[in-house]
Amino acid sequence: MATKGSVVGVIANMVTLTVDGPVAQNEICYISTGGDRLMAEVIKIVGTNVYVQVFESTRGLKVGAEAEFTGHMLEVTLGPGMLSKNYDGLQNDLDKMEGVFLKRGQYTYPLDKEAKWLFKPIVKVGDEVGPSAWLGEVEENHQPLKIMVPFQLTGTYKVKSIVSEGEYTIEDTVAVLTDKDGNDIPVNMIQKWPVKKAMTNYKEKPRPFRLLETGVRVIDTVNPIVEGGTGFIPGPFGTGKTVLQHAISKQAEADIVIIAACGERANEVVEIFTEFPELVDPHTGRKLMERTIIVANTSNMPVAAREASVYTAMTMAEFYRAQGLKVLLMADSTSRWAQALREMSNRMEELPGPDAFPMDISSIISNFYGRAGYVYLNNGATGSITFIGTVSPAGGNLKEPVTENTKKVARCFYALEQERADRKRYPAVNPIDSYSKYLEYPEFEQYITDRINGEWIGKVNELKTRLLRGKEIAEQINILGDDGVPVEYHVIFWKSELIDFVILQQDAFDEVDSVTPMERQEEIVNMVIDVCHTEFKFDNFVEVMDYFKKMINICKQMNYSKYKSEQYVEFGKQLQELLAERRAN
Amino acid sequence: MATKAFQKIYTKISQVNKATCSLKATGVGYDELAMVNGKLAQVVKIAGDDVTLQVFEGTEGIPTNAEVVFLGKSPTLKVSEQLAGRFFNAFGDPIDGGPEIEGTEVEIGGPSVNPVRRKQPSELIATGIAGIDLNNTLVSGQKIPFFADPDQPFNQVMANVALRAETDKIILGGMGMTNDDYLYFKNVFSNAGALDRIISFVNTTENPPVERLLIPDMALTAAEYFAVEHNQKVLVLLTDMTSYADALAIVSNRMDQIPSKDSMPGSLYSDLAKIYEKAVQFPSGGSITIIAVTTLSGGDITHAVPDNTGYITEGQLFLRRDSDIGKVIVDPFRSLSRLKQLVSGKKTRKDHPQVMNAAVRLYADAANAKTKMENGFDLTNYDERTLAFAKDYANQLLAIDVNLNTTEMLDVTWGLFSKYFKPEEVNIKKEFVDQYWKK
Repeated sequence: MATKGSVVGVIANMVTLTVDGPVAQNEICYISTGGDRLMAEVIKIVGTNVYVQVFESTRGLKVGAEAEFTGHMLEVTLGPGMLSKNYDGLQNDLDKMEGVFLKRGQYTYPLDKEAKWLFKPIVKVGDEVGPSAWLGEVEENHQPLKIMVPFQLTGTYKVKSIVSEGEYTIEDTVAVLTDKDGNDIPVNMIQKWPVKKAMTNYKEKPRPFRLLETGVRVIDTVNPIVEGGTGFIPGPFGTGKTVLQHAISKQAEADIVIIAACGERANEVVEIFTEFPELVDPHTGRKLMERTIIVANTSNMPVAAREASVYTAMTMAEFYRAQGLKVLLMADSTSRWAQALREMSNRMEELPGPDAFPMDISSIISNFYGRAGYVYLNNGATGSITFIGTVSPAGGNLKEPVTENTKKVARCFYALEQERADRKRYPAVNPIDSYSKYLEYPEFEQYITDRINGEWIGKVNELKTRLLRGKEIAEQINILGDDGVPVEYHVIFWKSELIDFVILQQDAFDEVDSVTPMERQEEIVNMVIDVCHTEFKFDNFVEVMDYFKKMINICKQMNYSKYKSEQYVEFGKQLQELLAERRAN
Repeated sequence: MATKAFQKIYTKISQVNKATCSLKATGVGYDELAMVNGKLAQVVKIAGDDVTLQVFEGTEGIPTNAEVVFLGKSPTLKVSEQLAGRFFNAFGDPIDGGPEIEGTEVEIGGPSVNPVRRKQPSELIATGIAGIDLNNTLVSGQKIPFFADPDQPFNQVMANVALRAETDKIILGGMGMTNDDYLYFKNVFSNAGALDRIISFVNTTENPPVERLLIPDMALTAAEYFAVEHNQKVLVLLTDMTSYADALAIVSNRMDQIPSKDSMPGSLYSDLAKIYEKAVQFPSGGSITIIAVTTLSGGDITHAVPDNTGYITEGQLFLRRDSDIGKVIVDPFRSLSRLKQLVSGKKTRKDHPQVMNAAVRLYADAANAKTKMENGFDLTNYDERTLAFAKDYANQLLAIDVNLNTTEMLDVTWGLFSKYFKPEEVNIKKEFVDQYWKK
């Protein structure tokens, strides 16, 4: 018999119930009010009093309203049919909902029960399989998806029967397994998994090392992220967090992209709905939407579901990783998630930690980032979840709890800076403060040596050193005046400006400049390093400025030109002519 | 809101503080309205049979034997076309001496629009002010605040924007507005002959602060009626959202909640987002655009109210007095319209985005040159040219008294470029330079 409860107290979306049976922490229940059933999650138990957070508005809820417990935690339903879907934070299919406005208590099934999938078996009768082993394959949006042994099972099983190649729905039994005691377990294409539990159905999680190309120069060249890596983008509002995130999700070389719009603006999600079906994946030539899943819990949707949304998205990512796919997960923004935790903690009258956030915010964040990673599956295949979260620090102050705790766990740091944004130097990633720890990994060095050459990391470090030197000189010039420093200082400063304008700055709205493939990035870096190694002759600092402005202009025109086009070659020639004018060596 | 017959009347209040009172009652719903000795109140907490009510007008004079009647509904507004041209208080009651509104009664603060039923905003809202149209183009369905110090002329700019924008309805939500400002809006709108498309919900400084909490929901419920039922383009003006946040802080403080940054409630982000996210473009053509005012104290944008607002809204507009030209300008550095790229260069001339960026970059160079000058350093010829450019640019484009169409704005900017600079100094794509550079 399912446990039942009845409402005894209401404060906003926190409801107190008295219950007549056993209840588990994080168990899901439904409260009936005025004909609606409101989904809620247990967050605290005191004797027979159970505190639940309701995922919807509690308007009109009365004492005495009945609740029914489900016996399971918040879980998602996984299977073919999720790609290009738009879900809310609880995995309801938003497109299946009726009406313009979201109706309270409306829950929709996330998959399609009618659709037929062409199933191709991988295993044979008599094979031994363990949980998450691949039984067969279907194709969705040209992406090969695996049908797996249910994740919850433990031990090994024998395949008793498997269907032959053909079309099946997700509910059709495609295989029957037998356990050691001879019990039959029918398997279909649907998996269920509680979102707050990490999936550990892999053999090993090594240090990640393969470059994940994003086409954004300030990332790929200067602060690279890797497959299975973690990164975060903190920045005050208006510094281009969302534009950068969208650029990464459009261009990254991933099989599946999951975007968790967590407590952010609805229009940003609409931008994805509107643009992704039109845009083409630069790596496969297919429509971007085909590989994308959106989990949208925008800022005006209920707060408790906001907390759930990031877990929902992560669990989906783990599902695809178990199939040997490269998944990119983006969460915008993890601060809104932390704020949702804060609101609940506040209502439960817990003692607050720093900035009124719950005391365990640090472990919550690190556990979540820990679910990303590059893995070897039990069958030897590889899969990865690359996770990039944005952080919206209050007042742009990076010393607040969410930023600080994220910094402890994320390996790449893309600090967006107000000053750069004010000067329209986009993407406004601060070149000095930002870092990628992966540049220091010997595994990565080996990989990039094989892929580009052994000098690459040295060049990248030289660029960074020059940027730092340029900044120092700019400060000196500010104090001493243009005449107060030697002309050579101006040359060093302008060489760093060249790096800034030509490599770091990138026009996200220009068709050509927005995506730079690695091959082209390599050429740009070589070109810029060449200029940096050139000695010039100048009589005064005004000459330096005019000369480098001309050079920057030519290089920018190159960035706007199609790679290797006539125009591109022509600007390249102009650059060489310009260099010849002043070359001293 | 008169009480009806056969309703249970409670007469035993157990607790009263400055904003709330509590009593024992049963069968009460969360968010439900009640009358406490004729004062409107709302249920904010239920614990068993203990019910806590937030009294909008304040609890002054409420006795322990006050008569409490529950109304069985949350706050509502009657909507119909009769709303047009009328002035209301925070409860939706007329304050202009006119008759009561007849119409459908709808709950305020209703559900959110399903994100997949939204349309991407794509219609430009022209204001004639170049600091807005050229640098920070507004789009219908957008939400954007003015961040301004209390002494800046934001209400005048907002009134100008409202009247010049092509919209079907303008809804004013005034929170903690001085009576003078209220009369200013009333006069400007009636002088412009626009009164029939204006609807106002006003809480002045003379009214109790907690009442303000109803204003945005009232205004936006009316906006949703016209945008959904009549497919109209509605512009909602909310001034001043800082007063609204102050009222939130008062209530949460009285309810013993733990404050987060700047004594604001921990839920400030969600509370503000619920309001601003009502801005929407519907596929049917109706839209709600929100222009708000957030007053700053001493220009501090890291305070919790402007900070949270900035993360919610699609940009912000800053006003600043430019001492070089003696006029108020729209600050091109701090201002931003996040939706501008949906229209600029698409609904406007193709060179718009690049011209805008180049001009702002040169204006930034001028700011650097100015610092150099102030520190007593020699200026280069380029520095001097940027300074001269900056003065013209501020005067002819950034000042809030400008009234041009976007093509004129672009032409003026190209004129300034060629007057002061060489093409390689402006860093614009060659095809545009070839086409528009004034020789």
